[in-house]
Amino acid sequence: MARTLITVPRTAKRDQIIEIKALVQHPMETGYRRSSDGDMLPRDLIRKFTCRFVADASAASASAGEAGELVFAATFHAAIAANPYLAFNFRATASGTLIFVWEGDKGFAQRETVSLLVA
Amino acid sequence: MKRRTFLASAAGLVASVIVRPVAAIEHSAVLTALVRAYAAGGVITEGRVRFDIARLVDNGNSVPIEVIVDSPMTRQQHVVGIALFNEKNPQNDVAHFTLSHLSGRARVATRIRLATTQQLVAVAKMNDGSCWTHTVEVLVTVSSCIEE
Repeated sequence: MARTLITVPRTAKRDQIIEIKALVQHPMETGYRRSSDGDMLPRDLIRKFTCRFVADASAASASAGEAGELVFAATFHAAIAANPYLAFNFRATASGTLIFVWEGDKGFAQRETVSLLVA
Repeated sequence: MKRRTFLASAAGLVASVIVRPVAAIEHSAVLTALVRAYAAGGVITEGRVRFDIARLVDNGNSVPIEVIVDSPMTRQQHVVGIALFNEKNPQNDVAHFTLSHLSGRARVATRIRLATTQQLVAVAKMNDGSCWTHTVEVLVTVSSCIEE
């Protein structure tokens, strides 16, 4: 399990635009470098990041796989620095849960959830 | 010459003088081709996008960047995607971002790698299919990607 650091305000006013910051621990090995023995280091990247939002009212359907509405997604390539960091925005319209998913090479998969209370 | 046409042309002349220094960099052919492929037939215009990056990069291993697009981000009018391309890394793709009207603000920040001194371009695709770009040139003193 990789370590993640997600910054989301705990509460927000309705229609307030909040900032979401998400960082995940990962080497993002490019596949262009050699080790000290001269061997090529195999490519190991995070390829995809998604952030979805499930409003509390629709929580019943949340268990069904690809739940919620897509807020933000990213496709990464080798030019993204190690420990990928992303900052983006989200308009808070209702209380709910933000679901963060990172997927990559060697079966890398990391899922985190953060709840947001909208007053 | 009529007064109206004179004023219009004079205003145009002033605008071109003001804009020129910003648009002065000659865009690399590599980037132009990549932007055209991403636009997939959409009209490509320079502007509305701001690509924030240090012009002098000490360490290419982790370069903070921010892309801000001028858009109201409503259901009717919003940015659907932002793509970043570089000119001289081993791969030209940096990242593709998908945004929606839920984003509220068309903005994304991350950290990238740069192999050498080169040009970078940010392309924003709107929901009407039009594309807007901003090309920047950065000087890199310590490179990334290839070295250990």
